Amino acid sequence: MALSTEARPATGGVGAAPPAGPRRRRSASRPNWLAGALATLWLVIVGTPLYLMISWAVQRQDKFTDNGPLAPPTHPTGFNFTYVLDQGFSTNLLVTAQVTAASVVLTLLLALPAAFAIVRSRSWLAGSAFRIFLLGLAIPAQAVIIPVYLIIIKLQLYDTLLAIILPTVAFGLPLGILVLAGSLRDVTSEMYEAMAVDGATPLRMFVSLVLPLSRGSITAVGIYTGLNAWNGFIFPLVLTQSPNRRPVALALWNFQTEHGLNTPALMMAVLLSAVPPFVLYIFARRWLVAGLAGVGGR
Amino acid sequence: MLPAALFFLFFAVFPLVLVVFLSFTDWNAVGDPKFTGTDNWRRLFTSHDVLSSLGRTFFLSALCWATQTVLSMGIGVWSAGKQRNRAVLSAIFFVPLLLSAAAVALTWRSVLDPNFGLDASFGHWLGRVDGLNLLGRDAGALAAIVLVVSWQFVPFHALLYQSAARNIPQSLYDAATIDGASRWGMFRNITLPQLRNTIVTSSTIMIVGSLTYFETVLLLTDGGPGGATRVLPYVMYRTGFTNYELGYASAIATVLVLLGTGLSLLIVRFSGFASMRSTLEGM
Repeated sequence: MALSTEARPATGGVGAAPPAGPRRRRSASRPNWLAGALATLWLVIVGTPLYLMISWAVQRQDKFTDNGPLAPPTHPTGFNFTYVLDQGFSTNLLVTAQVTAASVVLTLLLALPAAFAIVRSRSWLAGSAFRIFLLGLAIPAQAVIIPVYLIIIKLQLYDTLLAIILPTVAFGLPLGILVLAGSLRDVTSEMYEAMAVDGATPLRMFVSLVLPLSRGSITAVGIYTGLNAWNGFIFPLVLTQSPNRRPVALALWNFQTEHGLNTPALMMAVLLSAVPPFVLYIFARRWLVAGLAGVGGR
Repeated sequence: MLPAALFFLFFAVFPLVLVVFLSFTDWNAVGDPKFTGTDNWRRLFTSHDVLSSLGRTFFLSALCWATQTVLSMGIGVWSAGKQRNRAVLSAIFFVPLLLSAAAVALTWRSVLDPNFGLDASFGHWLGRVDGLNLLGRDAGALAAIVLVVSWQFVPFHALLYQSAARNIPQSLYDAATIDGASRWGMFRNITLPQLRNTIVTSSTIMIVGSLTYFETVLLLTDGGPGGATRVLPYVMYRTGFTNYELGYASAIATVLVLLGTGLSLLIVRFSGFASMRSTLEGM
């Protein structure tokens, strides 16, 4: 599985690329038994909670308490599924979908023109803006959550979906711009010049040259932003309070506080919250990995 | 360009300045912050809670960093190989990255639950009737946090190491094989130096992350048992949003910002020379 070789076209050009070399690894003349054993151990550590999550989610609570944690679900049931959705979790899923969609669209709308300007413009302003965005990669959201809270209150956005969306976008912008600028640098100046000779405006260049050529990294940034927004916890935690404006990650915690002893129902809620990212992983793994690997390219 | 820059300045850079200002005020979320001079800072430097949680934060960060670095480097380098079984396994290793911090912490909390989870089963196997009670002991709760944080973030760092390991020129390994180098020797003399840039990047992300991150602590142990896992960002969150002492919490947040940026600058500075040398080594 060529995770990173697939990722290359999307993140190519981000930061200083390591020295390029043959992608071929030294052939396994003799199997590395120690590494294999350790990898199997890690598989057990990774797999056990995932297995238990699924196994518990399809059991009724009384069966789960009677049979113990490791008993396989002999009579899988959809009971918890209906129960969790009845508890209002469907609203939370819907809210998360809205927040995610809005964050992705807004991030791309802001990041694309910015990346285009940073790559094409020669002004000092563009250069220093890029440096500020680079700095932004190091700002931890948790450490500035109090001033963000004050800003959201002053904007009278507290307890709205915008209160979640706007900071999510702002903190996602640096990486988005970095990855997009990296791929836009791969569009050679000859291509722009060729279009300029034909009398194309910057807007026309953007639409018919830049957009098609950077489709890969646009997808990667979109998916990465989407995953972040879907799983976001800190912004909804501090910036909203109504139960019907809680995205799933936060709703899980409330579910745990209210139904703490009902482990199977909680595991079903966890499972439901993970379905969309998991589907994305199955169908768009390379772009997801490319978006995540963009961080390391800096 | 301009919209993005303004947006970013307003929601991400401006808060950096604002948090320092707020640290000199008294604010309880109702009304406006009132300027109180250095009161919060004086209180912070004499607070036993803050100072002890600062030590705990450093200890936990160091533990998380060491565990994650060893694991993610090992898994990353291992999964850089093109063997089919490695590809399949690393696709599974990636799955925790899809889950939210809340989902991860709450799943592990159920797994480690002393009554219904694996904690009791493991305890029985090891001959302890009451179970291990991992989350109920000081050291156990710290270990649980290291375990859960690693479980959640190792896949990401392994990904960084994997792509870096794939970019190491094969010729270096070929030459070493001719010289009769052992597998360990090749790892120490080729792989490790070549991964130096990635070690810096990954370590910076890990350290700044674990200094400011509190979701796992909040959901897994809630600072317990008996305050054993009260790390500084957790204290900031509770001070700010449970006690609504937002001015004082801003002073703690300022310390977090300073620690985070200070440490990452330090790491980059120390490794600056090293990273220049590594690209030339053996070429």
